[in-house]
Amino acid sequence: MSEYKFAKFMGYRRENGRVGIRNHVIILPLDDLSNAACEAVAHNVKGTIALPHAYGRLQFGEDLDLTFRTLIGIGSNPNVAAVVVIGIEPEWTNVIVDGIAKTGKPVCGFAIERNGQHKTIERASWKAQEYTQWATEIQKVECSVDELYVSVKCGESDTTSGLASCPTVGRALEKLVAAGATCSFGETSEITGAEDICKEHAATPEVGEAYYQIWNEYNEFIISQGVDLSGSQPTKGNIAGGLTTIEEKALGNLQKIGNLKYVDVLKPAEAPVSKGLWYMDTSSAAAEAVTLWAASGAVVHFFPTGQGNIIGNPIEPVIKLSANPLTVVDMKEHIDVDVSGILRREMNLDQAADALLDMMIRVCNGRFTCAEALGHQEFVFTKLYRSA
Amino acid sequence: MNQPYFIIHDENDTVGVAVKEIKAGETLEGWVMSSDTTVSITAKNDIKIGHKIAMKDIEEGMSIIKYNRPIGKVSAPIKKGEHVHTHNLKTARW
Repeated sequence: MSEYKFAKFMGYRRENGRVGIRNHVIILPLDDLSNAACEAVAHNVKGTIALPHAYGRLQFGEDLDLTFRTLIGIGSNPNVAAVVVIGIEPEWTNVIVDGIAKTGKPVCGFAIERNGQHKTIERASWKAQEYTQWATEIQKVECSVDELYVSVKCGESDTTSGLASCPTVGRALEKLVAAGATCSFGETSEITGAEDICKEHAATPEVGEAYYQIWNEYNEFIISQGVDLSGSQPTKGNIAGGLTTIEEKALGNLQKIGNLKYVDVLKPAEAPVSKGLWYMDTSSAAAEAVTLWAASGAVVHFFPTGQGNIIGNPIEPVIKLSANPLTVVDMKEHIDVDVSGILRREMNLDQAADALLDMMIRVCNGRFTCAEALGHQEFVFTKLYRSA
Repeated sequence: MNQPYFIIHDENDTVGVAVKEIKAGETLEGWVMSSDTTVSITAKNDIKIGHKIAMKDIEEGMSIIKYNRPIGKVSAPIKKGEHVHTHNLKTARW
C-alpha cells in the first residue's frame, strides 16, 4: 500500500468539537403526523430542509429506542448546524430536543397538540429563520482527515464490484484508518457466506464473538421465518455474471474493509467512541443503512456500485464509484469516481483508492456529490417490530 | 501495460476473473493485482467476462481460492485453463 498524503480541508467544527462537511438547518418531524408542518416550515424558510419519515407512533422497546436514536443522531450529526423539531405532543418532542442539545448546537422543539398546525408552523418558521441566518454566517475552518468519520456500503453489485470498486474502497479505508480517521461498515445480511472471515477481522476474540452473535441472531431470525437462503444466494443474475457461490459473493462485499480489523461493534445508529474501523449492525438496503450511519455521526459515505444504485442521503453526502464500463457511461450523472480503468490495468488499486480519496477531499471542501446535485434525499428508518 | 484478459486478486488465488472475452486455445495475459505482476495461461474453454478461469489443476473436494480465501469446494476435477463455475464448483455451506 502506498501512502496517501491527505490534504487539509475546510469544514465546520461544531460546538462539541466534531467536524462536519455540510451546514444544514433541518426541520425534523418527531412522527409521521408532523411531516406536513415540517415541510411547510422548510417551504417558508430558505436554506432549511424538512426530513419527513414514516414512523414515530406506537413503537415500543428496542424499536422505539432505535427510532429515538436515529432522530437524535441525525440532529446531532456534525453536518447539521441547527435543528427545529416538530412533534404531535410535547413530551416526546422534548426527548429529541434534549438529546440533540447535548451537542451544544441550537435546537428547539414545537408541539402541535393544543396549538394547531398554523400556529406551530408560524412559531417554528420564526425559529428556523433565526437558525438559517445564524448558520449561514458560520465560517469554515481548516480540518484534517483524523477528524472525519466515513461510512461504506455497496449496492446494485455485479462482478465489477468484487473485482474493482469494493477493493478500491478497502484500500481507501486502509489509508484513512492509517491517517487516524473513523470508519464504519456493516450489512449484516450480505456478510452471510463470509461471516466466519468477518469474525476473523475483529480486533479481539471478544469483539469477534460480539459480531458473530449479531450475525447469528439475524440468521436465526431468517430461518424462523421459514426462509431458505440456500437457493437464493447467489442470485440467478449473479450466477449469469460469473459468481458461483455465496462465499465468493460475500467475500467480494467484504473487500470494502481491506485488511483492516474492526475495533468493536455498534448497534444500529450507535456512534463510535474512538477512531479506527467499526462494524455496525445494519440492513443491506441502501437508504436504510446510510440513514443509520448518518444517525451515528458519519459525515461522508463511500458507495461502490456495479449496475448503478442511485441512492443519496439528505445530510450525509454519498460518493459513488463504479468499475462497470457501461455504468460509468450510461449512468454517468450518478457516478462520482470512475474506477473502470482497473479492469484495463490503466490504474492499480492504490491509484484507484487515491482517486476516491481525492474526490472525498473535494466533497469535504464543499463539492456536491452526484446524488446531492440530483436531489437525492432518501431518509429511511430501520424498523424492528410492527407497531403496537 | 497490455490490457489483461483476466485479473487475479491475490498471488495465492487458484482462479482469475475474465475482464475480456476469452476464447478456447488462446494464450492470454492476466494481472495479479496484489503483486502487480503478469501471468500467462492457455484457455481450455471459452470464458465470458466476469467468469473464472483456473490457474492450476485442482482435484475434486479441494477448495478454490479467491481473494486469498476459500470460496467453495471443487465438485468435478478442474484442469488449468478451464472455466470454473457451477458445473465444477459448489458452496461449502450446503
